[in-house]
Amino acid sequence: MSINKYEKAWLGFSIIMVFAFLGITGYFSFVAGFQTPQDAEVIDPTKIDEDERFANPRVEEVIPGELYNVYMVARMWSYSPTEIRVPKGAYVKFYITSPDVQHGFHVVGTNVQTNVIPGYITVITAKFEKTGEYLIVCNEYCGRGHQFMKGTLIVTEG
Amino acid sequence: MGNFKDDVFIRLGFYVSYVAIGLGALFGLLQVLERVPGIRIIPADKYYLSLTAHGVIMALVFTTFFIMALAIYVVTRELGIDTYSYALNKVAYGLVIVGTVMAAVPILLGKASVLYTFYPPMKASPFFYIGATILVIGTWIFAANILLTVKKWRSMGNTDKKLPLGVFGVVATLIIWYIATIGVAIEMLFQLIPWSLGLVERIDPLLARNFFWYFGHPLVYFWLLPAYIVWYTVLPRLLNVKLFSDFLGRVVFMLFILFSTPVGYHHQFMDPGIEAGWKYLHTATTFFVFVPSLITAFTITATMEMAARARGGKGLLGWIKALPWRDPTFASVAFAMILFGFAGATGAVNAGHNLNYVVHNTAWIPGHLHLTVGSAVALTFMGVSYLLLPMLTGRKLHSTKLALTQVYLWFIGMILFSAPMHYLGILGSPRRTYDVTFGGHPSTQGWAPLLVLAAIGGMLLFASVMLFLYNVLRTLTSGARVEVAQPSSVEIPQGSLGVVDNFKLFTAIALLLVLMAYMVPTMNIINLGTPGAPPVVIR
Repeated sequence: MSINKYEKAWLGFSIIMVFAFLGITGYFSFVAGFQTPQDAEVIDPTKIDEDERFANPRVEEVIPGELYNVYMVARMWSYSPTEIRVPKGAYVKFYITSPDVQHGFHVVGTNVQTNVIPGYITVITAKFEKTGEYLIVCNEYCGRGHQFMKGTLIVTEG
Repeated sequence: MGNFKDDVFIRLGFYVSYVAIGLGALFGLLQVLERVPGIRIIPADKYYLSLTAHGVIMALVFTTFFIMALAIYVVTRELGIDTYSYALNKVAYGLVIVGTVMAAVPILLGKASVLYTFYPPMKASPFFYIGATILVIGTWIFAANILLTVKKWRSMGNTDKKLPLGVFGVVATLIIWYIATIGVAIEMLFQLIPWSLGLVERIDPLLARNFFWYFGHPLVYFWLLPAYIVWYTVLPRLLNVKLFSDFLGRVVFMLFILFSTPVGYHHQFMDPGIEAGWKYLHTATTFFVFVPSLITAFTITATMEMAARARGGKGLLGWIKALPWRDPTFASVAFAMILFGFAGATGAVNAGHNLNYVVHNTAWIPGHLHLTVGSAVALTFMGVSYLLLPMLTGRKLHSTKLALTQVYLWFIGMILFSAPMHYLGILGSPRRTYDVTFGGHPSTQGWAPLLVLAAIGGMLLFASVMLFLYNVLRTLTSGARVEVAQPSSVEIPQGSLGVVDNFKLFTAIALLLVLMAYMVPTMNIINLGTPGAPPVVIR
C-alpha cells in the first residue's frame, strides 16, 4: 500500500514528537527528580492509632532547616494536623494515611499532590521555595462533606 | 420503514440514548450552576447524587446505547445482511436495559452516590454493582452477535474480500471492549460484589483502582472509535468523495487495538504503591495512542480538502470556505474534530508522567473529557443522528436550521465551558466538589469569574441538547413522510491487506502488551499485602 508523501512526513513528525515528549518527561522524572509518588507502606486502616506516627499526627523536625517529617491523617472530612508549618527550602517528607475512604491531598498553587488510599501510607517529598500561606484541599471525592476538607500549609522564612 | 429486521434495535438504541442525554444534560446544568459562588440550588448530598447520575448516564448509558445502535446500522448497511441473530440482539438489549435500570434506581434514591468511578471502600447499594455488571454482560452478548454477523458474511462467499472500513472499525471497537471489560469484570466479580454483599469484610482499594483504570481508559476509545467510524465512513459519503487513504484508516483502528488498554496508570500517577517505572511505561503507551489520532487528523482533513477543491475551493486555506458549513452533520463532524484537537493537546499533559502533578483531580480533567466524550463523541453522535433518523424513520428532519443552530451552539458552549475549566485546574481548583471556593478562602480568589464563564458555557450546552431533542421529537412525530435515499452499498476494495487485516494477530499482540504493562505491577500491589479496608456507606 502506498502512502502519500505528505502523509508520510506527517507520520514521521508524529512519531518524532511522541519520542520527544517521552524524552522530556523521562528526563524530568528520572534525572531531574520530579518523580511521581511511588513509595508505600501498608497499614490496617482500622488500627492507625496503634502506629505512633498517626496516633500523634504532627510535624517533626529531623534536621533543622533541612528535613521535616509530616505525619498526617486524612479522614472524613479533615486533615490532622490542620496546620503545617515548615521553613522554605527544606525537604518535607509527608506520610499520609486514611482510616476511612480515599482522599486527595493537593497544596493549591503548587505541584504537590497525591492520592491517599486507606490500607496504604503515601510517602512523598516536597520542597517549598516561596513563603506564604497555602490552602490544602482534598480533591478526591470522599462523601457529602468533601467540600469541607481542607488544611493550611505555612511556609516560613526559616 | 427501514430495510432490515434489526432496524427496530437501531431505533430503540437511538431513542434510549436521546432520553439519556436529556437527563444527563439536566444533571449537568445543575452542577455548573451550583458551582457558581453564591448560588445554592441543592444540598451537598444531592449535588453528589447528580454528579454520579450525570457521569453514569452520559458516560455509560448515552454512549453504550448509541454505539450499539450505530454498530448495527453500519454492519447491516455495509454488509447488506441482517445481524446473525435477532434473538441474541433481544437478549443483549434486554440485559443492558435491566442492568441500567438496576444501577439507576439506587443512584436516584441516593444509595449509590459513589460517582462513576465507584472507588471503594466507599460503598454503594449492591444493586448498583450488580446492575453495572449485567449491563456489561449484555454488551458482551451484543458484541458476540456482531462478530458472528461478520463471520456469517464471510461464509457467504466473501472469504477473500476485505471488510468494508466501517465494519472494520466496528470489529476493532468490539475487540477493544472485550479486552477492556476484563478489568471491570474482575473488579466487580472478585472484589466489589462479594464485598458489597458482606461476603468478605475487606477490600484492597488500590487493587480496585488498578482494575478500574485498566477498564476506565480503554472505555474512552470504546466511545471514540464509533465517532471515528462516522468520520471515516459517513463523512466521505456526505461530501461525495473517496476517503483520502483507506489503508491508513485500517492501520488507525489496528493501532487502537494495540494501545488502548495498557495505559491505565496515567490515571494513577498520584497513587502510592505503583512504581514510577511502570507508570512511565504507561506514559509511553499513552503517547503512542496519539499516533492513530494524528493520522486521523491528517486523513480526514485531506479528505475534506479534496471534497472542497472538487467543489471549486481554492487557495492554501481558502478551500475551507467551500465546505458545506450549512449542513448540520458536516458541521458537527468538523467542530467535533476541532475540539478534539484541543483535547489531544491537553491529553498530552494528563499523560505526561510528571506534568500530571499540576492537573490531577482538578477541574482541568472534566475540562479535558468534555472535549473528548462531550465533543468528539457526543457532537458527532448528535450530528449523525440528523442524517440517520430520516433514513430510519422515513420522515424528513423537522428543521435543518434548528439542527445547524444546535451544532454551532454546542461548539461555542463547549469552548466557554471547557477553556475556564482547564484554567481553573491549573490554578488548583478541584473537580467533583460542591463548594470549590472552600467558603470563599483567599487562595481561591479569582476563581469565581471562571466558574461563572463555565456556567454560561454549560447553559448553552444545555440549550443545545434541548434544541436537539425538540428537533428529534418533532421529526419523529410530525416530520413529513418522504422517501429518503438509503446510502448506496459501498464498493469493497478487492485483494487482501495481508497483516493489516489480521484481527487475531493484533488481538494477540494487544493481550501481550496488556500482560507486559500490568502483570508485574499488579502482582506487586498484591504482594504489598494490605489488610484492606472495611466498607464505608455514604448516605
